[in-house]
Amino acid sequence: MARYVLRVNGQDREVDAEPGDSLLSVLRYDFGLTGSHFGCGEGQCGACTVLLDGAGARSCVTRVGSVGGKAITTIEGLAAVRAGSEEPAYHPVQQAFLDAEAFQCGYCTPGMIVAAVGLLKTNPHPSEQDIARLMDGNVCRCGTYPRIVKAVRLAAERMRQTTTAGGQ
Amino acid sequence: MSVEPERYELSEPRRYAFEVDRREFIRLFGGGLVVAVAASDLLAQESGRGQLRGSAAPPEISAWLHVDEAGHVHVMTGKVEIGQNIRTSLAQTVADELRVPVASISMVMGDTDRTPFDMGTFGSMTTPRMAPQLARAAAAARELLVDQAASRWQIDRALLTARDGRIVAKDGRAATYAELTRGQALTGTIPATPPLETADQWQVRGTPVKKVDGRDFVTGRHEYPSDIKRPGLVYGRVIRADGYGATLASVDDAKARAMRGVTVVRDGDFLGVVAPSERDAVRAAAAIKATWTVPAGQPSAETVYEYFKQNAERPQPAAIATVQIPSGARVFEASYRIPYIAHVPLEPRAAVAEWGTDGRLTVWTGTQRPFGVRGELAEAFRIPEARVRVLMPDMGSGYGGKHTGECAIEAARLAKAAGKPVKLVWTRAEEFAWAYFRPAGVIDIKSAVDASGRIVAWAFDNWNSGNAGLQSPYDIPVKPAVFHATKSPLRQGSYRALASTANNYAREMHMDAMGRALGIDAIEFRNRHLQSEPRLRAVLAAVAGKIGWPKPSAPGRSLGVACGTEKAGYVATAVEVSSKESGFSVDRVVVAFECGAIVNPDGLRNQVEGSIVQGIGGALLEAIGFADGRLRNGSMAQYRVPRFKDVPVIDTILLDRKDIPSAGAGESSLIALAPAIGSAVRAFGKVDTALPIRFV
Repeated sequence: MARYVLRVNGQDREVDAEPGDSLLSVLRYDFGLTGSHFGCGEGQCGACTVLLDGAGARSCVTRVGSVGGKAITTIEGLAAVRAGSEEPAYHPVQQAFLDAEAFQCGYCTPGMIVAAVGLLKTNPHPSEQDIARLMDGNVCRCGTYPRIVKAVRLAAERMRQTTTAGGQ
Repeated sequence: MSVEPERYELSEPRRYAFEVDRREFIRLFGGGLVVAVAASDLLAQESGRGQLRGSAAPPEISAWLHVDEAGHVHVMTGKVEIGQNIRTSLAQTVADELRVPVASISMVMGDTDRTPFDMGTFGSMTTPRMAPQLARAAAAARELLVDQAASRWQIDRALLTARDGRIVAKDGRAATYAELTRGQALTGTIPATPPLETADQWQVRGTPVKKVDGRDFVTGRHEYPSDIKRPGLVYGRVIRADGYGATLASVDDAKARAMRGVTVVRDGDFLGVVAPSERDAVRAAAAIKATWTVPAGQPSAETVYEYFKQNAERPQPAAIATVQIPSGARVFEASYRIPYIAHVPLEPRAAVAEWGTDGRLTVWTGTQRPFGVRGELAEAFRIPEARVRVLMPDMGSGYGGKHTGECAIEAARLAKAAGKPVKLVWTRAEEFAWAYFRPAGVIDIKSAVDASGRIVAWAFDNWNSGNAGLQSPYDIPVKPAVFHATKSPLRQGSYRALASTANNYAREMHMDAMGRALGIDAIEFRNRHLQSEPRLRAVLAAVAGKIGWPKPSAPGRSLGVACGTEKAGYVATAVEVSSKESGFSVDRVVVAFECGAIVNPDGLRNQVEGSIVQGIGGALLEAIGFADGRLRNGSMAQYRVPRFKDVPVIDTILLDRKDIPSAGAGESSLIALAPAIGSAVRAFGKVDTALPIRFV
């Protein structure tokens, strides 16, 4: 057992764990961040997807001992708190999922959103084929894939517009 | 309406026979001689389970609906939300009849202490049965509020209208519902026929209201059963047998017992651990060495079809569907094989169980039958149902795969030993191996067609996969169809659209084979035999028009079509398939669905699209492999479910029939996909009569 300091959603958090313990277990059970979901424990379904230094990773097969000083972003870290409002400022990908109703039971949704945020960082202009290829490791058993593709493209478009507007 | 198919598929024996706690037992039944077998019957009667209780909906408005002091409307139903969108669609129904905004409604669902008894959320019954029940309760409440305002203002109720959460008088006076009720219960009963709106008067129903909990999904705030926390919570793990039907031979748990805070629980063949943390529970379970005796000679995925025919139990094995073949008619015979498939709900089974000091048991768990699970818990622990409460937080899907309470029972058994609340979340391997499957089956069809192209004989036998969708919708003078219940080597249960996927697959593939052999266009051949089914003809016409039937969009491609009706929903599916060197690929799916008056068009579209994607699994990818009492592909890596890359272009056509009562719509649109693909693939080669679809 060793003590680890993890940087989660911009905050340093401490945990006592074995180096081989899964990051997902620490996030859910030690830090109470239950938005990252357990789906398979095999790294096959993506329900547990988090960002490590901005890149999508399967937290169920990520060992705590391997995370080191990487910045961890979970679904809880995407929306910004807005002063004086119960409604947070959603990340554009979250807003696009809401607008496209890209979910049914919602269990895969946090993993899908986090994976999409990671994807858009490296590929801001994804085609439908790009999204299908790059998100193929995320399973939606309810079958809302067409809506998720639509939501990711919608988010990409809005994020490009924001970037362009910001640059002017 | 019959619920027999569901019953059949739920007839699973209890998994554990826990040792009787003698003190408990005597407290319940007194000191007299009680035979253990009879005890469960006694309990069943005592706790009021069974027919009468199940069919009697409470007549009081207050059992279903409450307006609190802030004007918030609380609606109680035993139905549960599992992704099919009834939390939203039922709120729309109440909003319409009560004349309040959807946002003012909180649905209290699947809590056995707070909601009226409900058999369970299956069979697409929420929209045709629960929605009218809540509509009647809401309309009765609305009329009661009008009465209250009339009496308060001493004016004729005809001068009052209900709108936007208020009763408004023609003279301008107005009172909110909260002002009228002041948080008191709505004391009144629901009349048999309160004035209900018809579909053409709907304001909120019929519109694409957004999912009410969408924000909680996208932020990760939503609490699923596996997210439930309780003060003092500890964590459980079950040590599983290494084969079906196994008995526990030996246990070496010395290492686990030496771990700090770990309790090992052994009760008959049940073996589990409880530990202070989830990771400690995993380590403790791994430290236990158990050996099991697995019965030899169990059927495999290959031999199971023969096994079914040899192990038919009801009706008597010889009762095969028989029909006279007119002389000169052309005969078609085929045997279709349907494998077991897994539901693979993304959230595995999960439960948090807590025993109160008063002996009451409270369990939060993911299930489609909270009241059924309450009964299972009462039976397992031999306590009255009144001492058990089951709560069902909206869970990570089910598709018919979470009717049972095994995880709840296990968590409760561990919690009893630990004396603390226990959380148990199944692993994916457990969910594959120890939940249950969609039944496998064999379907034999013998049919005959006369010289004019009319079907003159049709005999249909289904072994094991179930009797939903057993009867052919086609005009055939005599069409005997027999469902043969058999033994099943794997645990089996309900599934989205149940056996109608299997029965429609076989029937439509057979229709396709006949039409093809006779050189009659597939849609024309069906229409000739659908004179009494205008709703099926309508969905067929819709897909034919959209996909450009009968001409594929390019050379090297082919079209296929199939249709069917199930649970008062009517579906046709047309597909376009490309020939590939490796086989074939499905490029496009056009589905037309009609289920009466549409309650939420976007919610329905989402369900229909989702059912097509799920259908791709059963049609092309999924089959459980097994032999010797063990699975061969019980993991996500080995069992392929549809992923992004498997999804073709899907065009969804919804036919809205405001003149027909709304049917449930989460299931039926799945049933015509596999045979449509099978038909299209036949253009490229001989297709096996088994799912998933492949060349012979």
